[in-house]
Amino acid sequence: MSKILIVAEHLNGQLNASTAKCVTAAGKLSPEAIDILVLAADAAGIAAQAAQIAGVSRVLTVERAENAQSLSAVLAPQVAKAAAGYSHVFGPSTTFGKDLMPRVAALLGVPQVSDLMEVVDAQTFKRPVYAGNAIVTVSAPAGAIVATVRTASFPAAAEGGGASVEALSLDVALPTHTRFVELKAGKSDRPDLQTASRVVSGGRALGSADSFRIIYSLADKLGAGVGASRAAVDAGYVPNDMQVGQTGKIIAPELYIAIGISGAIQHLTGIKDAGTIVAINKDAEAPIFEIADFGLVGDLFTLVPELEAALG
Amino acid sequence: MKILVGYKRVVDYNVRIQVKPDSSGVVTEGVKLSPNPFDEIALEEALRLREKGIASEVVVATIAPADAQAHLRNGLAMGANRAIHVVTDEVVQPLTAARILLKLIEKEQPGLVLLGKQAIDDDANQTGQMLAALWDRPQATFASEIVVDGQVARVTREVDAGLETIEIDLPAVVTTDLRLNEPRFIKLPDIMKAKSKPLETIALADLGVEAAAGLTASHYAAPAKRSKGVMVKDVAELVAALKAKGLV
Ligand SMILES: Cc1cc2nc3c(=O)[nH]c(=O)nc-3n(C[C@H](O)[C@H](O)[C@H](O)COP(=O)(O)OP(=O)(O)OC[C@H]3O[C@@H](n4cnc5c(N)ncnc54)[C@H](O)[C@@H]3O)c2cc1C
Ligand SMILES: Nc1ncnc2c1ncn2[C@@H]1O[C@H](COP(=O)(O)O)[C@@H](O)[C@H]1O
Repeated sequence: MSKILIVAEHLNGQLNASTAKCVTAAGKLSPEAIDILVLAADAAGIAAQAAQIAGVSRVLTVERAENAQSLSAVLAPQVAKAAAGYSHVFGPSTTFGKDLMPRVAALLGVPQVSDLMEVVDAQTFKRPVYAGNAIVTVSAPAGAIVATVRTASFPAAAEGGGASVEALSLDVALPTHTRFVELKAGKSDRPDLQTASRVVSGGRALGSADSFRIIYSLADKLGAGVGASRAAVDAGYVPNDMQVGQTGKIIAPELYIAIGISGAIQHLTGIKDAGTIVAINKDAEAPIFEIADFGLVGDLFTLVPELEAALG
Repeated sequence: MKILVGYKRVVDYNVRIQVKPDSSGVVTEGVKLSPNPFDEIALEEALRLREKGIASEVVVATIAPADAQAHLRNGLAMGANRAIHVVTDEVVQPLTAARILLKLIEKEQPGLVLLGKQAIDDDANQTGQMLAALWDRPQATFASEIVVDGQVARVTREVDAGLETIEIDLPAVVTTDLRLNEPRFIKLPDIMKAKSKPLETIALADLGVEAAAGLTASHYAAPAKRSKGVMVKDVAELVAALKAKGLV
């Protein structure tokens, strides 16, 4: 029987929704236990949130001053130590998990399954390669199985659990060669791009940071999160944390509206799991229309304000 | 300071990937191969650090079959001083790649190792982090800015929440994100010059690296296709369609 340890992702005392998605993925193995590991300077609040997730057996906390920030060089030896006795160690396929989990796997001397998107059995999983243009089925060798879970492939596990919370003391020396300096977070009152049920994205066609206002305005009308293509980010219209795609965020909103985005495969990789895709583009031949559920050809600078107005 | 750059050859990002009919892999025969885009960014950054006088030598390394010499000549033409070719016909997975790169580190004693954040074929995004763990040194992944000051580097990282800056003691492993820089174009005279630059080949078997037990790939499939939907003629029709689906 499988015993699964999930590394919690959190920021400013808030548990990230990616953790509950890992719980759903873990549940597919019908495991004997799913435990969540919270590494933090002050873990109580985060642990309480984790304990609420249905299906979780125990929440294990490791409180150390060094855990105030998520530095992988500091966290990895603790996770590797805590992994003893578990058959699987999961983390989310977010920048947090992508940074941390391979370091854990190397310390454990095992390979990692990146972007786990489907569980076949306890050893066998599906994951995307070549920017999602092929799906490969892989089996892990004997030993602990370390994986990052592709968050867009699994819904968050429901609330309503009542896991116990236990403090864990791990005897590990931590390095001082890596130090946190600062985090410049894009401040936004809009729904989080990775969990929003509706997302409006703009591309290079917007032409400037100033023109991007019409995207924000439409998004606000819909209560949507805002994303962008790489071209829009590179051109400086919007910050990097808004990039959707192979090398940005992989998202699965119910509604995705792509405006002035051509539909390069690297962008499409990020939205394949969206419920309904709407595309607005002046080029009727744009590849985005090949995958859009609803396509509208025309100039975005007239159509977007018109759409906003039509939404009443 | 010497900089070691991971320089992997991959299927070009513009190639439309086809899964083989027998599901044993993707078609790579006759397909255009190019340097991994993130590795070109890593090399560009190393060259800039050398041009600033921070680095003295840039060494590109690849683990690939014997026919990858031209690929390494590309890296030399871009400006690397030397190249190391670890020759193997096997596809090397990240943990083994990290063990091999660690051997090269022991040999070369670089002050900085620059890798791509991910290879766009396996999309693993693991090798740099694994290498840093095995080497017991700092890692800074997803770099969009690197400032080296003596024995310390300040690296700005593209993370989901925004831009994070960390300080790391050197030597260390840094992996590149897309916005770190724009790689230069190779000029014709540089291609000529590259022909005489040192390119060392080492058979993998001679490195004394134990291959790690890896993942076994049993089946490749094309992803579920999204079918083409309908074109609407105007905003009113779009809003009606979205209303009908309960989306707005
Ligand atoms: C390794 C690698 C990784 C990458 N990762 C990503 C990634 O994660 N995410 C990503 O998005 N890209 C990524 N890219 C880049 C990708 O290949 C494309 O270059 C990018 O997505 C293009 O952005 P775009 O659609 O905004 O711009 P363009 O391709 O320039 O498209 C602009 C579109 O706007 C339309 N348009 C212009 N004016 C108007 C108007 N007035 N009204 C309506 N429509 C108009 C045009 O018809 C065109 O279709 C990556 C590339 C590489 C090599
Ligand atoms: N065979 C290889 N040869 C050279 N560098 C490699 C090789 N495999 C991985 N790397 C480096 O590790 C990075 C991440 O690869 P991956 O972990 O496979 O996504 C790449 O961008 C390269 O810099």
